[in-house]
Amino acid sequence: MADFLQTLMTALAIGSLYALIALGYTMVYGVLKFINFAHSDIVVLGAWLSYSFAIRALPLVGLDAHNPATPPPIWMTAGIFVAVLLLCSLAGFLIERLAYRPLRRAPRLNVLITAIGVSLLLQNVGQLDFVFGASPQKMPALLPNWELPIQFGQGESIRYVVLPLIDCIIFAVSGLLMLALELLIFRTKFGTALRAVSFNTDFAALMGIPVDRAISLTFMLGSALAGAAGFLYVLKFPSMNQPAHSVWVLLGLKAFVAAVVGGIGNIRGAVLGGFIIAFVEQFGAYYISSNYRDVYVFSLLILILLIKPTGLLGSPVREKV
Amino acid sequence: MSASDVLIEPTSHGVNILKSAAPILVGIALAVGIQFLLPSTVGPYYSRLVIDAGIAMILAVSLNIVNGMTGQFSIGHAGFMTIGAYTAGSITFYSSLLIWGTAAKHGSFLGSGEWMFVIACLCGGITASIAGFVVGLPSLRLRGDYLAIVTLGFGEILRVLLQQTGKVVDNAEIVRNAPLTTFATVPVGGAIGFDGIPKYTTLFWVYAFLAITVIFAYRLKRSSFGRAMLSVREDEIAAQAMGINTSRQKLLAFITAAFFAGVGGGLLAHESGVIISPKDAGFQRSFDYVIMTVLGGRGSITGVMLAAILLSGLPEVLRDFERYRIIIYAALLIFMMLSRPQGLFGIHEIWDFFPRSWKTLPWKKSPREEAQ
Repeated sequence: MADFLQTLMTALAIGSLYALIALGYTMVYGVLKFINFAHSDIVVLGAWLSYSFAIRALPLVGLDAHNPATPPPIWMTAGIFVAVLLLCSLAGFLIERLAYRPLRRAPRLNVLITAIGVSLLLQNVGQLDFVFGASPQKMPALLPNWELPIQFGQGESIRYVVLPLIDCIIFAVSGLLMLALELLIFRTKFGTALRAVSFNTDFAALMGIPVDRAISLTFMLGSALAGAAGFLYVLKFPSMNQPAHSVWVLLGLKAFVAAVVGGIGNIRGAVLGGFIIAFVEQFGAYYISSNYRDVYVFSLLILILLIKPTGLLGSPVREKV
Repeated sequence: MSASDVLIEPTSHGVNILKSAAPILVGIALAVGIQFLLPSTVGPYYSRLVIDAGIAMILAVSLNIVNGMTGQFSIGHAGFMTIGAYTAGSITFYSSLLIWGTAAKHGSFLGSGEWMFVIACLCGGITASIAGFVVGLPSLRLRGDYLAIVTLGFGEILRVLLQQTGKVVDNAEIVRNAPLTTFATVPVGGAIGFDGIPKYTTLFWVYAFLAITVIFAYRLKRSSFGRAMLSVREDEIAAQAMGINTSRQKLLAFITAAFFAGVGGGLLAHESGVIISPKDAGFQRSFDYVIMTVLGGRGSITGVMLAAILLSGLPEVLRDFERYRIIIYAALLIFMMLSRPQGLFGIHEIWDFFPRSWKTLPWKKSPREEAQ
């Protein structure tokens, strides 16, 4: 029971990270119908920006940059978070404007290849010495490492489930962001415009919706969420790999799998998919074998695609001649 | 004499066979030439580059059958390659241990060891084509991006499974006396890769297999099968309406492409200086081949070959700028997609760009001249 709860809590925290990243994939797919392979690099950008800001900001309040004795004041952590969000959405805007917009009418395969090119470019520019460097780093702790032990059983069979503060924060922050996105998409005029563009770009343009601006905003929103995921990810896993490391690519891929499992193009599906993928991965790793955790994820993907090709919440696409 | 009469020349059966075998014979003669002339003129470093380019061409041309000709977007090609590589590698490695007691290279040019290597490569191709059949099955249900995702998932699953394999058993005595259960752990090296495969790959074998691959792909493209594949690429619904069994064409494309990828993998596994490892099955390597087919042009065999040569040579040209190598590579890719989205040659072959006068041999009159 205690093991189950512990795994459940890890799965919830990781699931919300997957969901945050998956939202970006699914929103871009919704409006432009292509897999934005460069999305995982925005997560990396968010993670490394958090690190760069943290080691420069910590000395300002008299703390050691790499190994602070106490966590910095909460306004500083929040400030870093907001700065990362803004810079990541700027990066998303620039990528769309420079690389994808000229290809608006090109075959989708070309856009896909361009996305791969952008991804390679970002990874390797990030590895340059004057950017982030090509060696792993350790993220300084920005939050107190409080842990809440919950007691189970009596006497001999006493067990503890540890509930770390960081997991709660990940869950709460991503929950808030998802709620905000949900309200934005389904309750505002801008969200209606976005859904119209996603439904049919040409007709949306005829209805007077500025399609290019809507697409830019989609990219900015998705990238901001990815940046947030990067920030939260390095708070939970402080040992960071270099920007072109395959761990990051795999993180992005799993989030992408989450988007597909939930039904790509569907906002709620991405959140659902993120949690499903995290559950399958964490419980599979704990109860079967942790060596095959990627296999569970990709097998689930293939299984879902074969049973319901449009994903769990995706609507079937009718083909017309 | 009208133009149509010129095309139908009465020839005997034997001449026809000779005519159809001619390209392969020319290809193999070229391979022999490369094998004996190239290393002495350019040295071992550049010979290795030529081998690399040859293997890249085999993989890119075979991927082109799926991506370029049939229009199914596969990003798991490196998975097929790795299956071929591991199959061929374990056949030569463990057979060498059993037969000659050592895994070192046995025999000289065209000696017994090399024939075992060729058979191993073909076995690798067959195993890969079985995998191609399995991966191709979802393509009957899925289209476009979804199929791409399944092929990507296949490569990643394969990578993780290969990481869990057992250690290489490199002692002849142990291999001889081991019970079959020892092989249940699949002793191909796990995450660090399959080290110790005898290094049989030479320029001759790479270019002989390349010649076969290219001639096969070219003839396939011109055959009724190939035209059916092209029609699936252009419009699946229209192709179906014309009575083409689109499912069968897609499966065939996957199987043939996987076969040649497996053979290419066998060649790669036996190349000196290469240790085949699970990482090769991942999607990053698959992307390399996808990029080659896209740069070359959809379905253009010569274009894809040129792109394979350029892309496998580019890293060497940029070797001095090690740090900036992939950045330049990526920037070139984006620039290419923005400026020439149809690839180098588009749907054409290289000879479509030659002047008209080159296409007819000087001693032969063109049909138009004959008609006059």
